[in-house]
Amino acid sequence: MSQQDDHWLVRPSSIKLMWWMFGGVLVGLVLLQLVIKVKGYFGVDGWFGFGAAFGFLACLAMVLVAKGLGYVLKRPEDYYAEDDSNA
Amino acid sequence: MLEMLPPALILVAAAALIGIVRGHLRTAVVLLAPLLTLWLVWQVEDGVAYTVPFLDYQIEPLEGSAVRRLFATIFALMAFVGGLYAYRIAKWYELVAGYAYAAGAVGVSFAGDLITLFIFWEFMALFSTIVVWCGGTPEARAAGIRYVIMHLAGGILLKVGIEGVAVHTGSIDIQPLLASNFDTWLMLIGILINAAAPPVSAWLSDAYPNASASGSVFLSAFTTKTAVLTLILLFPGETMLIYIGLYMVMYGIIYALLENDIRRILAYSIVNQVGFMVTAIGIGTEMALNGAAAHAFAHIVYKALLFMSAGVVVYRTGMNRCTDVGGLFRTMPLTAICGIIGALAISGFPLTSGFTTKTMISQAAADGGLVTVYMLLAAASAGVFLHAGIKFPWFVFFQKDSGLRPKDAPWNMGAAMVIFSVVCILLGVMPELLYQYLPYEVDYVPYKADKVLFYLQLLMFSGLAFFLLLPLMQRTLTISLDTDWFWRVVLFRLSVWLIAVGGKLREQITGILASLGVSLKGLAERLFGAGSDTEKAGAFARATPIGTTAIWIAVLLSAYVLVYYV
Repeated sequence: MSQQDDHWLVRPSSIKLMWWMFGGVLVGLVLLQLVIKVKGYFGVDGWFGFGAAFGFLACLAMVLVAKGLGYVLKRPEDYYAEDDSNA
Repeated sequence: MLEMLPPALILVAAAALIGIVRGHLRTAVVLLAPLLTLWLVWQVEDGVAYTVPFLDYQIEPLEGSAVRRLFATIFALMAFVGGLYAYRIAKWYELVAGYAYAAGAVGVSFAGDLITLFIFWEFMALFSTIVVWCGGTPEARAAGIRYVIMHLAGGILLKVGIEGVAVHTGSIDIQPLLASNFDTWLMLIGILINAAAPPVSAWLSDAYPNASASGSVFLSAFTTKTAVLTLILLFPGETMLIYIGLYMVMYGIIYALLENDIRRILAYSIVNQVGFMVTAIGIGTEMALNGAAAHAFAHIVYKALLFMSAGVVVYRTGMNRCTDVGGLFRTMPLTAICGIIGALAISGFPLTSGFTTKTMISQAAADGGLVTVYMLLAAASAGVFLHAGIKFPWFVFFQKDSGLRPKDAPWNMGAAMVIFSVVCILLGVMPELLYQYLPYEVDYVPYKADKVLFYLQLLMFSGLAFFLLLPLMQRTLTISLDTDWFWRVVLFRLSVWLIAVGGKLREQITGILASLGVSLKGLAERLFGAGSDTEKAGAFARATPIGTTAIWIAVLLSAYVLVYYV
């Protein structure tokens, strides 16, 4: 990478630092549940770390579903244009 | 007779004036007319202001109520900020169309009867189509035609439904209905088409990204949200809307995840967000309807903000695709920061307007004991952060360095973005500002420690999922098929095939007729001859010697005599 790319946000050292901070926030948010009792509405959503696990798994599921559907639904950008030119 | 001018007329007049005046005067009209409209909106009192005879009906062009004023307020505010954003880059006719479109939205908000509603509804359909066409590209023209076909068809369904209701009940009042007969079903379908509900959600993501940078800002605000208001007024508590809404929520996320076009990602996420509102209307409790109205208000602000941020990128770089941009935060800090604020708001991050409004809908689901709905909405909240909250700013302003170093937003576009960024945060920090204007009294505290913690966990771990799953989300130079494939490809090919078959059939029939003609001609020629020429003449046309003729006559006469005597 050239010198001008050396914005402080994209330096490998700061990216590494941000990952550590991010990790710290994640762990902190789960541990905070020891102090703040999450009541939840249906029991299950009051479990320890439920929000964290649910958020992560929901995203994983959606990304996988999207990926799978992508194989069926994705077409080249000029897909419809080709059809028009045949007319 | 008119004690009060309908606010929509101010915007109609402004639209006409924009076309006539030039220079600073036009700028003044663009900026002042929405503010005057806003002031008038707040002069509208509850109840029907006046009635006007129209054919055999008494129509009510102006009816006020809390929820109507709320929607008209955001529509007028949107016209102001959209006008500020657009006036230096948009063509004059785009501004005219945009303001007329906004007038339609304000008109629908205050429509006291179904006839007025329908007229402003079609007003919006026409002028929004012109906004799409103002994209100026061949794609925009084609998308505009598909867009207007969809909306005119929806308008017809709505109109037939309205006529049915008028004939069968004798009332054209706007009042809560249930989709229980043919008339109300047609009305519901007509409205849902404008809400981009399945199976015709595709018109939205097809048309909006093809408009100009400023046009898509206008488009993002009015059509779907007037549909939401109309559903609140006409079909609150229609259970079917819960399922339709949940489908829209998930549809928006999945398609946005597959998408590469920056503004199309945002377009899909409109469907997703409107899904939240439609679900809330389906739940139909006071809390839910408050949530739907509040969320619509907040949504117009942050979605327009996102489209403005994306619009600046498109305007400055001329690029539409995630794969073409990246690393723009270096030279476009204001656009990036405003985009991020919009992205946090749409994700419902605490301290933004999304959190204080969307959680009302979840609360309504929880109050109603709707476990599945609540869980799906929570999953969708995580998904919104995934597909719009991080994906949009990450791929546009960060990810790789595209090498592009465009200038930041011009001052007016920057000012428009800053205004809406401030609104996003203001409504997040001081939700009472909005809550006091909701249709029902608000008995809801958004900021409880445990709820904030739950949502922070949900959102931050979605963020973790995003960065861990990035390899699975590589942008590809593709589009995704939608239900419109059935009419853009299947129907198209069917018609091409029918035309081809028809052509062949015609050829064959012509061939058969031609050969029939030839053989008839041959027969006729053999019998009557092709002309007066004796040698070519046919059997009946040939000239014969007089002696032969006399003999034949003698034979005939003898035969006659013989037959007579025998």
